[in-house]
Amino acid sequence: MSTATADFSDIQGLVRFGYGSLTEASFLLLRIHSDAAARSWLATAPVTTAEQLSKPPQRALQVAFTREGLEALGVEEDLLSGFSPEFLSGMAGQESRSRRLGDVAANAPQSWQWGGPGNVPHLLLLLYAQPGQLDPWEQTLQTPGWEAAFEVQSRLQTSDLFGTEPFGFNDGVSQPTPDWERRRSPEGDQLNYGNLVSLGEFLLGYPNEYGKYTNRPLLSTREPGIPALPIAEDEPDKLDFGRNGSYLVFRQLEQDVRGFWRFLDTQANSDPQIRQELAESMVGRKMDGTPLVRSDVQSITGNDPKFAAQNQFTFESDSDGIRCPLGAHIRRANPRNADLPASSGFLGRILHTFGFGNHAYRDDVIASTRFHRMIRRGREYGPKITPQEALADSPDASSHGIHFLCIVANILRQFEFVQSSWVMSTKFDAMTEESDPLMGNREAIAGCPFTNTYSLPQAPGISKRIVDVPQFVMVRGGAYFFLPSLGALRYLASTRPPA
Amino acid sequence: MTPQSSFMILATVLPEREAELRLLLASMNGKPGLANPNNSLVPFAAFPCLHFARLVILDDQTLNDITVYGLPRVNYPTYLAFLGDMDGTIAALFKEMVEQAGDGLRRIFMHCGEYKHGLDLLAWMSAHNVAPAANYVNWIGRTVQQVKEEENLHRALQQYRQENADSLRTMQPRQVREKMREFSLAEQQSGRLTLSPPRPTPLGWQLRNLVNLVAIPLLLLILLPLLLILLPFFLILLRRHELSDPEVAPRVNPEHADLLSTLEDHDVTNQFSAMGSLKPGLFRRLTILFVLGAIDYTARHIFNRGRLARVTTIQFARWVFLDNKRRVLFASNYDGSLESYMDDFINKVGFGLNVVFSNGLGYPRTNWLVLDGAKDEQTFKNYLRRHQMPTQVWYNSHPGLTAHDKHRNALIREGLHKAQMTESEIKEWLRLF
Repeated sequence: MSTATADFSDIQGLVRFGYGSLTEASFLLLRIHSDAAARSWLATAPVTTAEQLSKPPQRALQVAFTREGLEALGVEEDLLSGFSPEFLSGMAGQESRSRRLGDVAANAPQSWQWGGPGNVPHLLLLLYAQPGQLDPWEQTLQTPGWEAAFEVQSRLQTSDLFGTEPFGFNDGVSQPTPDWERRRSPEGDQLNYGNLVSLGEFLLGYPNEYGKYTNRPLLSTREPGIPALPIAEDEPDKLDFGRNGSYLVFRQLEQDVRGFWRFLDTQANSDPQIRQELAESMVGRKMDGTPLVRSDVQSITGNDPKFAAQNQFTFESDSDGIRCPLGAHIRRANPRNADLPASSGFLGRILHTFGFGNHAYRDDVIASTRFHRMIRRGREYGPKITPQEALADSPDASSHGIHFLCIVANILRQFEFVQSSWVMSTKFDAMTEESDPLMGNREAIAGCPFTNTYSLPQAPGISKRIVDVPQFVMVRGGAYFFLPSLGALRYLASTRPPA
Repeated sequence: MTPQSSFMILATVLPEREAELRLLLASMNGKPGLANPNNSLVPFAAFPCLHFARLVILDDQTLNDITVYGLPRVNYPTYLAFLGDMDGTIAALFKEMVEQAGDGLRRIFMHCGEYKHGLDLLAWMSAHNVAPAANYVNWIGRTVQQVKEEENLHRALQQYRQENADSLRTMQPRQVREKMREFSLAEQQSGRLTLSPPRPTPLGWQLRNLVNLVAIPLLLLILLPLLLILLPFFLILLRRHELSDPEVAPRVNPEHADLLSTLEDHDVTNQFSAMGSLKPGLFRRLTILFVLGAIDYTARHIFNRGRLARVTTIQFARWVFLDNKRRVLFASNYDGSLESYMDDFINKVGFGLNVVFSNGLGYPRTNWLVLDGAKDEQTFKNYLRRHQMPTQVWYNSHPGLTAHDKHRNALIREGLHKAQMTESEIKEWLRLF
């Protein structure tokens, strides 16, 4: 089996870079008018790769497709059926998926601005540029064939909030590090939390954390006249359409910044310090990104040196959630545990495997984190608003939020699992009656009349419990996209023989 | 303590009446697949000892798989199975059911070949009850009544501490607990809260349990020399089978998957019903017989306090042999979504799944019975989803409550009634709120 390292020239740059220096961005949701025109535009589209340049690029373009988009391009059923069921069904494609993702009531796809029933885009173009260059960049891309090829369904603007999200917190501090060199052997129990994650968790065509290749579209090598695609490592008689490609999950999350700070202000009796501490407890980090729990002594593999201080921790030292509440956003989104928590020695591990040695009802209930990581590439939108401004009595008609983007190889096991079993779950970590303090939709569930509480464990015993927490984040749109490799994009763009 | 038991009434669906039966079953639901607890056919809520129940048409979509061995397809009948997990004895529940839901049950069973008009329903149900090969109960002795009473206690105390947050904050932990104790006693005296004491454990059950506890290891001990002699042969045979058994786990038909997910995630707890054929031959049949025996034994005597090895989210589960031990039904009630259930299966008890399900036809390849298998994540998920069947009617007596919730509530009650508690025990107890 070949274990060649990743070919950066075949991978879209977003998998490797967040394009932080390209502070302007807009996301174009397109529908395809004419498949032929679309193909010729795609054939020459200057898509940015993951190659490291001597200096950062001035602008970047990334391209991703929904199932509907691939169909509009004339992709055949054979190829389509190789994609994952979640991608084929779509983010809003099934009521049961919406239930799991928390996309009900105010979050229901029926009221989304895009991505809801009958409103699914075909194509997503992500445009990034240095300040002042975004408009020229878009004009450059609108080549003569553009009009014939596409209709712009939405042009989603972003804004540069200097590294913070709209509530005012430093964002994007923690990211998994893909194992680009493929040094990691994930088989067997991993006894420590690590941040170096198998490449196959983020790119198709490489082994994942189970040491297996995620299902993806493969083509028979016998097909004539197709542009070169790499050989599938696990099935050498097939061509790998998925290799170096990935899934891109996009959700437009509107944040009620005023509602957030006003609720906290009431809870804090307008004491600015208490107010901020309460907000920080909900996130699990201080506003500048410093974690609320103490640093661990043991080093964590794969941590980005740039954010070393912010990520040198697990929650093991805070198992009761005194420093960082058990339901805090960062505990839900990344519990930082290992395969066999809190066991030592051979005998200890054997006993643990059979469930002995766990006595408290909360011991060992959270799934192992390494199978549920994602690379986040979101961008904010709306004007910057400070907590003070949010509290001021002035009208503000603008909306704020995040265009949440994440990159995964398995939508179900990564994005959907984190969203449904951890973030939105009212039963995360054996808790009850609360979901993510920031993201929760606060909808009652069968047998539980309310899910809108938030508890802060306290050292003396009984927790501080906040009730009637309103909804702060509303889903306004979303879709599952396929982010193809450059090779697969060429394949999609190649003129196809008439059927 | 009131021990739990489980029943499963099994009967053959008359092919010409299957469509009609499906409509009838659907009429019992409030939401897709979710029983209306007070439906007119079998008003489940009228039976206070019933934890979970389901009616499922055992329509095995994988009967063609046997052809990978070059063997002909066997056309097993389509069954209707009525399963329940309950407190107390089957006999008592069946009697109550016949009295209160006899007409509804007759209407359902009239679609089955074995049931005829005029038969004694009670005797018929008892005769068609099939015992499981292995049964798991999350917490032996925890009754429906206890679950409901303790949840009421939990809610009342949460409300009390909410309303008195300011004064409780100034108190020492011991004092806080004392206040909560006084409140709960006052609520009980006023009749707003009930905490019934556990009933005495039936003597017969205690005896049978004790005999089971001792007899099985004793039997194994006696057979040990023989088993040791057989072991090398077993291992050789095992390897021969493992290296040649074909996998049958293609991608799941999207319509099948959609149908199943329509029925899921309406509650924090879900049902799972799956069936399949054993791999052909005596070797697999004997292996699974032994393995399920071991699981039943450990579930009864060891894993009876909230954990099945590392898994804490399974409320009830069972394996039942069908068709002369040629096929197996697996039915469970679990907390969370299917994906989190699969995650537990693969990452926490992959070895346990392997020893059982690897005897099933088409299971992803294992090594030495416990290794690999489920770790082939996607193949494993395909295998289980493909063998899963839609559960037509599912009843949960306590929606919204996970096994963790029930455990926490029991701990709350326990701490309330303890005579002596150290300072750190009190703090630990207060963390339950």
